[in-house]
Amino acid sequence: MLHIEDLHVKVGEKEVLHDINLHIGDGETHVLLGPNGSGKTTLLMTIMGFSNYTITEGKIIFKGEDVTKMHAHERAKRGIGMLFQRPPTISGLKLGKLLTAISREKDADIEKLAGSVHMDRFLERDINKGFSGGEIKRSEVLQLMIQNPDFVMLDEPESGVDLENISLIGTAIGSLLEKEKQIIKRQKSGLVITHTGYILDYLETDRGHVMCDGMIKCHGNPREILKDIKQRGYRECLECRQT
Amino acid sequence: MPPDMIPVPLSKIDKDRLALSGIDLAMKNRCGSYLQMDQDIVQSECSQEGIEVLTYKKAMEKYDWMKDYAWKAVSPDKDEITKYVAAQKDPKGYVIIAHRGSSNILPIQACLYLGRELIQHVHNIIIAEEGAELHIISGCTSGAHVGKGGAHYGVSEFYVKKNAKISFTMIHNWTEEVEVYPRSAAVVDENGVYLSNYVCMQPVKKVQMYPTATLKGENSVARFSSIAIASPTSFMDLGSRAILEGKGASAELIARAITKGGTIISRGHIMGKTAGTKGHLECKGLILKDGRIYAIPEIEGLVVGTELSHEAAVGKLAQEEIEYLMSRGLDEDEATATIIRGFLDVKISGLPEALQKQIDATIDVAEKAGF
Repeated sequence: MLHIEDLHVKVGEKEVLHDINLHIGDGETHVLLGPNGSGKTTLLMTIMGFSNYTITEGKIIFKGEDVTKMHAHERAKRGIGMLFQRPPTISGLKLGKLLTAISREKDADIEKLAGSVHMDRFLERDINKGFSGGEIKRSEVLQLMIQNPDFVMLDEPESGVDLENISLIGTAIGSLLEKEKQIIKRQKSGLVITHTGYILDYLETDRGHVMCDGMIKCHGNPREILKDIKQRGYRECLECRQT
Repeated sequence: MPPDMIPVPLSKIDKDRLALSGIDLAMKNRCGSYLQMDQDIVQSECSQEGIEVLTYKKAMEKYDWMKDYAWKAVSPDKDEITKYVAAQKDPKGYVIIAHRGSSNILPIQACLYLGRELIQHVHNIIIAEEGAELHIISGCTSGAHVGKGGAHYGVSEFYVKKNAKISFTMIHNWTEEVEVYPRSAAVVDENGVYLSNYVCMQPVKKVQMYPTATLKGENSVARFSSIAIASPTSFMDLGSRAILEGKGASAELIARAITKGGTIISRGHIMGKTAGTKGHLECKGLILKDGRIYAIPEIEGLVVGTELSHEAAVGKLAQEEIEYLMSRGLDEDEATATIIRGFLDVKISGLPEALQKQIDATIDVAEKAGF
């Protein structure tokens, strides 16, 4: 699904990501762990194609196609989607209107999908304006349900969400990633950033990576990595020079 | 047909331009109509019981008391424009009277079309008597061929009586050579509500207007909204003013201005003269291409117990917002248009759905053309 080779990324004049290599197969969900400021969000924004993130070396191959130089909307059309941790508030733009724009001519039952994540009462509200943490995440998930990407990136889906919502969001994300399907039939892939790991109680993941100082330091079983980090914190990761 | 009404045939282009200004010649969703082309009155009728749509001349003949309203809200000596209109021997324009207790759900449409003549002048008087509710859509437009020197001088006086309500939605659709000088004022009595909405999405050479509402009565309300886009050659001097006189009177003035290279001066003035009055002024400007947005919000409190506030902001489209929408699959132009459409989305409380839809439709046409 996604193949990243020797990726170096600058934000402004500063190189933030160094020599990233990552391979996510069809139907796999990976988790990216790491301390604050380690470059996790930068990696997601780079994969999505945001203009502030300049790729100086390396490439991003998506479904066999080199998308390194493509604009965000071209990547979105090819099946890359992202749940933002802190999406912007857009004054006057109604959530319902945005969902219609995302759905295009497709026959999406917006009301019904909105109801499934308890966002039906928000369709006439300005997007993200005065939304609580949980409402922002539900709105993000709803947009992705309509966009229906093949590769879903999730930036801290549990941050700012209370316990009641986390299970709802976890289930909705699971359905975006076709978790109800047999592994062999699962096509959709995902990359989840989590800093607390709470979302992993609601979402099965296949592989974990730890990022520190703009580098991916290690790979492994996500639950084991999380257990390690919970016990020892990120200190050892920061000190780890093995890449 | 009154004697001063002359049938004038309309071409398809003229009809399309009228439709863009919210004028529905088939009269679907309209309860009455006044249509003036240059100085010729083509149509003046109303099917709603209790509401009269008359030509200015006819109203003056029919009702002796009209003289208590003409030139009482707007002074004939105010400026060159009012002097020109006041000096006319054969005054044109419409008088709409909603008699006591009447109301219209479907709006009355008033259309002022500038075709051949250099200066079109009108003097309109709109009265909602006690307890009446009156909704008007005014589409002002000119023929696509109108060249240099075309001008529209319009004086409008609104009288909102006790417990009455008037909403006046004006959609301008002029051409690049036309100059427009509306001169409007409203007097609102006890518990009266006056809503004034202005939309101009198309190029115009010059617009200059500063409608004023004097809120005389206790708990009277005025809400002004203005949505305008200035093309590179447009000069738009827009504003609205509310004078809060009656105890508990309140006003809200909302403006959205976009420049694509032209000038918009967005004025606003609220004066609180009595305790217990409230006013809020909001102006937001968006600069798409170098031009000028000059916001001049003024709030003036004269007594203890008046509460006035304003917010004004001028800026550009946020790249972060554009890219957020692009990550959902919208290309840059679609994302930009979607954000601008949101910026212009002002919902006016108390406005009938048909009129809100008409305002939305006018902006939608501009959105489809990529603003």
